[in-house]
Amino acid sequence: MARIGVVTFPGTLDDVDALRAVRLCGAQAVTLWHASDSLDGVDAVILPGGFSYGDYLRCGAIARFAPIMDEIIAAADKGMPVLGICNGFQVLCESHLLPGAMIRNEGQRFVCREQKLRVESNDTTWTCAFGSGDEISIVVKHGEGNYVCDDETLARLRDNQQIVFRYIGNPNGSRDDIAGVTNERGNVVGLMPHPEHSVDPLVSNSTDGRAFFASVQSFLAARV
Amino acid sequence: MARVVVDVMPKPEILDPQGKAITGSLARMGFDGLSVRQGKRFEVDVAGGITDERLAQIKEAAEKLLANTVIESFSVHIEED
Repeated sequence: MARIGVVTFPGTLDDVDALRAVRLCGAQAVTLWHASDSLDGVDAVILPGGFSYGDYLRCGAIARFAPIMDEIIAAADKGMPVLGICNGFQVLCESHLLPGAMIRNEGQRFVCREQKLRVESNDTTWTCAFGSGDEISIVVKHGEGNYVCDDETLARLRDNQQIVFRYIGNPNGSRDDIAGVTNERGNVVGLMPHPEHSVDPLVSNSTDGRAFFASVQSFLAARV
Repeated sequence: MARVVVDVMPKPEILDPQGKAITGSLARMGFDGLSVRQGKRFEVDVAGGITDERLAQIKEAAEKLLANTVIESFSVHIEED
């Protein structure tokens, strides 16, 4: 059974939901602590949402220098699947594992709603169970999800198919409607919407989030 | 103790929603013709006096942590008493 780690930083909120989603989708959920320098032998890592370190300085900026991040950056460079959700996406951008950055939403408002997305690339470890072009519904909830990058980076993202999700109805002003991106290798994915909240029909209209966890498990199964 | 100041500003091409909101508010209050961009100021107290080495160290810290150079620029200067 695949072992998927979920990191808890001070101020993380969605670690328990992420752990539950991992279990619901048939993998073993492993808790990881920010101050540890061990990944406990996990096969993949999720950086969950929340407000690590109270969003002090910049979202994700302090968490990026937590001891466990050195291990995660080294593992990601070797190809381990890493998923950053919301604040986790911000941490991955601050770590330069993913290009670009997030600033405050264009309309200054915190957005909390179900959000339609288009899957732009299923050539990643976290989206291979989707069809390219699929329209899915995943919950968003953030105040600083406005994705920005320079022209050169945007051209590179487009050329390499590194834009993984686009918003259908942009909620935050993100450049080119970008909701999620991947690295060149396709093993690190970050997105602002919350797949871990869209896995259980009891609390969500959509269970489209399940395909993220199915994707990584089928990737890991094929690799072994 | 000697003090070094690091100023961090959003790059000109980056939208600054907070500055925009402040600009709008100033106009409504009757402060015409003022356009604001909001940044951050860090006051760094340095033990043992400021040397070129210390300044280089603070620049490195600004680059690594205080600013995200994808979206922000920074400047470092010594604050005179």
